[in-house]
Amino acid sequence: MAVLLTKKSRVVVQGITGHQGQFHTRAMLDFGTKVVAGVTPGRGGQKIEGVPVYDGVDEAVRRKKANASIIFVPAAYAKDAVIEAVEAGIQLIAVITEHIPFHDALEFQPYARSKGVTVIGPNCPGIASPGQAKMGIMPNRIFRPGDVGVISRSGTLTYEIVNAITEAGLGQTTCIGIGGDPIIGTNMVEALARFQKDRATKKIVLVGEIGGTAEEEAAAFIGKRAMKPVVAYVAGRTAPPGKRMGHAGAIIQGGRGTAESKVKAFADAGVPVAQYPDDVASLVAAA
Amino acid sequence: MKFLEHKAKEVFARYGIPVPGGVVASRPEDIVDPPLPCMVKAQVLVGGRGKAGGIRPANTLDEARTVAGEILGMNIGGYTVKQVYLEQRLDISRELYLSYTIDRSAREALLMASALGGVEIEAVPHEQIFMEHVPVLVGPQPYIWRALLRKLALPKEIGDQIVDIAWNAYNLFCKEDAELVEINPLAVTSDGRVVAGDAKLVVDDNAEYRHPEYAALDQDRTPLEEEAHAKGIAFIQLDGDIGVIANGAGLTMATLDVLNLKGGKGGTFLDLGGTDDPAKVAEAFELLLKAKPSAILLNIFGGITKADTVALGVKQAIDVMHAKVPVVARIKGVNEDKAKEILRGVGMFPAETIEEAAELAVKARRGAA
Repeated sequence: MAVLLTKKSRVVVQGITGHQGQFHTRAMLDFGTKVVAGVTPGRGGQKIEGVPVYDGVDEAVRRKKANASIIFVPAAYAKDAVIEAVEAGIQLIAVITEHIPFHDALEFQPYARSKGVTVIGPNCPGIASPGQAKMGIMPNRIFRPGDVGVISRSGTLTYEIVNAITEAGLGQTTCIGIGGDPIIGTNMVEALARFQKDRATKKIVLVGEIGGTAEEEAAAFIGKRAMKPVVAYVAGRTAPPGKRMGHAGAIIQGGRGTAESKVKAFADAGVPVAQYPDDVASLVAAA
Repeated sequence: MKFLEHKAKEVFARYGIPVPGGVVASRPEDIVDPPLPCMVKAQVLVGGRGKAGGIRPANTLDEARTVAGEILGMNIGGYTVKQVYLEQRLDISRELYLSYTIDRSAREALLMASALGGVEIEAVPHEQIFMEHVPVLVGPQPYIWRALLRKLALPKEIGDQIVDIAWNAYNLFCKEDAELVEINPLAVTSDGRVVAGDAKLVVDDNAEYRHPEYAALDQDRTPLEEEAHAKGIAFIQLDGDIGVIANGAGLTMATLDVLNLKGGKGGTFLDLGGTDDPAKVAEAFELLLKAKPSAILLNIFGGITKADTVALGVKQAIDVMHAKVPVVARIKGVNEDKAKEILRGVGMFPAETIEEAAELAVKARRGAA
């Protein structure tokens, strides 16, 4: 088992003819993902890595029964792409695109939610269920099937930690890169709840960072129930206030969103917090 | 994009939010016809101007020039005052508060208002603050204004004006892609008018392409940060001495944290992003070298990024700049052995883990000193 994405998922790649779309279609196929279609308006009829390209998502759904979508389109067109996917009947959408205006996310996120569609991201590396499917840009070789669920706000830092988990002889059920933006479709608590329900997942890793209160909310969620063992890491302990540290969501504002507050919340909830990223693996092994 | 008060008030006026009116000056002698009596207000992108003596009254032209001369050049919260705004002085009978922000947890716009304004909203008792989420898909519905009026319990003539302002501020918030619209104080004058006493406006950088007219606004960036911004590089100057460069925001932050745990202090946050284009790597390195680091710590976890091409970029930059800065590099990913060879070839220190790299960087810095 895994959460959200499985070998049954039928993936459409929105923006498949772009450099990124094309490259990652190949990698997703290599991972074992059922990439059934691609969409680029005006480019229907061609094939990318053997995958048929259509002009619209509705066509991909009608002809290839696509039910999940990964979005690579530029920021200015991302809202359009999400709404198009929702209207076509797609159930799971991973938005990789970075720099999407916040107000666009304020519109498409509640819209997708109101239609019962799950969005991951934006500004995220996507989602991967080793041995089953990947809808994202994470490197294939870092994963191994196992029983650890990974939730992360970051990209490369996730790779680092997943790689360490794999090198420690463990593996993952699913890894969800929830995204570095302030407005994300699946938040830390929602991802936690999914792993808590998933029978194959025995342990959970949370990779947080400064900004917002997602980690504090996750800690409160964990503190209130008998959870599977959770291990956390928080990036940005040395980040200065008021500066956006690369991710749009990584900013300490008005004294809120500090690493200390997050680390303390986790500690209060009984969640071990790794000091070094690579220590996550040994903490998980011991959990 | 942050707005100085007078710039924010220009936008407010466009949306029908009453503002007092005034003139901007960067030299006392440029002040010719200010509204009198006026307040002379330092224009800086930080709060706490009043406490720092950056907001003072003036009654005559001469006084306005004298006061402006004293405020210009002041240092407020690390910022030098380059401009003053001479604004018509209001006869204020009470101060309120109104703002729109993005509530990350609720994933909705948040309207906050209070009958207690003029102080930081954090200092206002929670039960005195009206808070209501606005679903942006449908916009504010009349019940929000009814609830707002009940909570603030103000006379009808004042309440009506506040609802107008709340509407206009909401339109501004959405159409201008704002992250923050804050009016504090929202002043009620002795003759019963409601006017924006101060104005805070932050527009989402991601939406800059929809608002090219704001691109030229002065931001609180160092000259190097400005250069990086123009080149599209995520770069922040910090108060340490070791230049840190990594790929991905989370990993760059984590690298700075590890460095700190190992006794070093990062002088830069430079996120290389997903590139392995040697020219781009070289460009980032040149920027980093301009920050004059005592050592450089490079940490790359290459997913798709090829380790050897990153190493080539580093080599190229070091060659071109004739830099004598010790460089510690930890590059993991495709072709990492090749990368190590390239790095050793130019006298750099390859490391296996982030922790080892951080330790080496701290040592290399000491060696250099």
